[in-house]
Amino acid sequence: MKYAIMVYETQSDFDARTDPQAQGDYWASYKAYSEYLGERVTGGAALKGVETATTIRLRDGERLVEDGPFADTKERLGGLFLVEANDLDEALELAAKCPSASSGSVEVRPLLEM
Amino acid sequence: MGAASSTRAAERAAREAYGRLIARLTARTGDLAAAEDALADAFVSALERWPRDGVPARPEAWLLRVAQRRGIDATRRKAVRDRATSTLTQVAEELEEAARPDPRLQLMLVCAHPSIAANVRAPLMLQTVLGLDAKAIGQAFLVSPAAMGQRLSRAKTKIKDAGIPFALEDARAHPERLAVACEAIYAAFATGSAPDAPSVRRGLVDEALWLGRVMHEVSGRAPETAGLLALMLHVEARRPAQRRADGGFVPLDEQDPTRWDHEKLREAEALLWAAGQARTPGRFQLEAAIASAHAHRGLTGHTDWTAVVALYERLLTFADTLGGRVGYLAALAERDDPERAYALLLELPPDRVTSHQPYWALRMHLERATGRPHRDSAERAAALCEDPAVRAYLRARATDA
Repeated sequence: MKYAIMVYETQSDFDARTDPQAQGDYWASYKAYSEYLGERVTGGAALKGVETATTIRLRDGERLVEDGPFADTKERLGGLFLVEANDLDEALELAAKCPSASSGSVEVRPLLEM
Repeated sequence: MGAASSTRAAERAAREAYGRLIARLTARTGDLAAAEDALADAFVSALERWPRDGVPARPEAWLLRVAQRRGIDATRRKAVRDRATSTLTQVAEELEEAARPDPRLQLMLVCAHPSIAANVRAPLMLQTVLGLDAKAIGQAFLVSPAAMGQRLSRAKTKIKDAGIPFALEDARAHPERLAVACEAIYAAFATGSAPDAPSVRRGLVDEALWLGRVMHEVSGRAPETAGLLALMLHVEARRPAQRRADGGFVPLDEQDPTRWDHEKLREAEALLWAAGQARTPGRFQLEAAIASAHAHRGLTGHTDWTAVVALYERLLTFADTLGGRVGYLAALAERDDPERAYALLLELPPDRVTSHQPYWALRMHLERATGRPHRDSAERAAALCEDPAVRAYLRARATDA
């Protein structure tokens, strides 16, 4: 089955990406994680911080454009990995190794087969 | 055997065979709802006919044969039926093979998967393993049948769509899953055994005990499942002694041991002793051992508080819960002196004890024992309590010296 491993990060995780003291460890941890996932990865993306997000809604044909993410929460989507796993248990095993599992959280969801 | 008990035995046989078949079918397809659909008519026939005609020699084969025949007759939802029928045929062939391990353990562990909402785990086991319907389960948990049906079907969809694995190669290698399944069963039991539980909930006690027995057998008599069963039996054994003739509440230490159910106590002790041989203690074995230490008062005339304190200390290393801490301090007050236990009780985090009834009951007890004003604690303990008899007992102590 195909699963999305969605990486939810705290503000300090996002800050670590550019912090001179912390960024070495931050990027090394994701590089190591990608290597661990190896050939099980079928796709994915890393996202810039929520301060770069814009949300759009269409209501009665009118565009409502707003600054910021769709929901203001402590943990924000920082990126995702698409992986191949036999079942939910295996996918959870892979997700548990994700760096954000220790700081923020990781959501695992099966992909809709199209 | 009387007519009522033979009816009950036939119903049990039907439910046991049903649960095993649901487990086998779902192991192949991962689709619980479809397995239930395929067996529904055959199961209804079995519940009607077996009490009257007797349990067939091969109950699972009987159910499968009827299900296959109905499947072929049916034209409704043909594609789904066809798939289900071919799975039925495969499972029928499998039944012909040598005896296999009971597949219901996997089914129970799927129901208790951590990714299934905690409040639906026991209901899901009751429905899939014992074949109870959403109406009966909803009644027992005081949830409307529609709401319970919705919760159950949402859980089944999740099992299928999220890919919760069914065929764990060796379910015994997953003690943490077994622990979650034990907790779900105990939660159902506690819901039914609360002294003030309405009578519709009392059925949960029997069903939880039955699930506990099934899990004990199919897990190869895992020590924690023995602990769970022993604990449930201890709680049930005390029931007759919990009330005076006038309906008044009698706390454990004041109960008349001759009124305990000694058959249940004997079974509990045998289970706990056998579990202890494996030397792998756990939460349920320790809770059962604490209950057992209290039951020993029936033999020796006094409670060995040193043993109870030591068991609570072990228990807290497995499950450090507020209830465990309160129980520990209650035992400590008996072993040493209430002053020290009272001081330690006041150190528990205030935000967590606000609505914890056992905390206020113990606080009242210790304040009373150390000559402190205890009216407020008694009132709070009584207000947090749902059982009128216990409430009356606490209120009576609010005003005495």
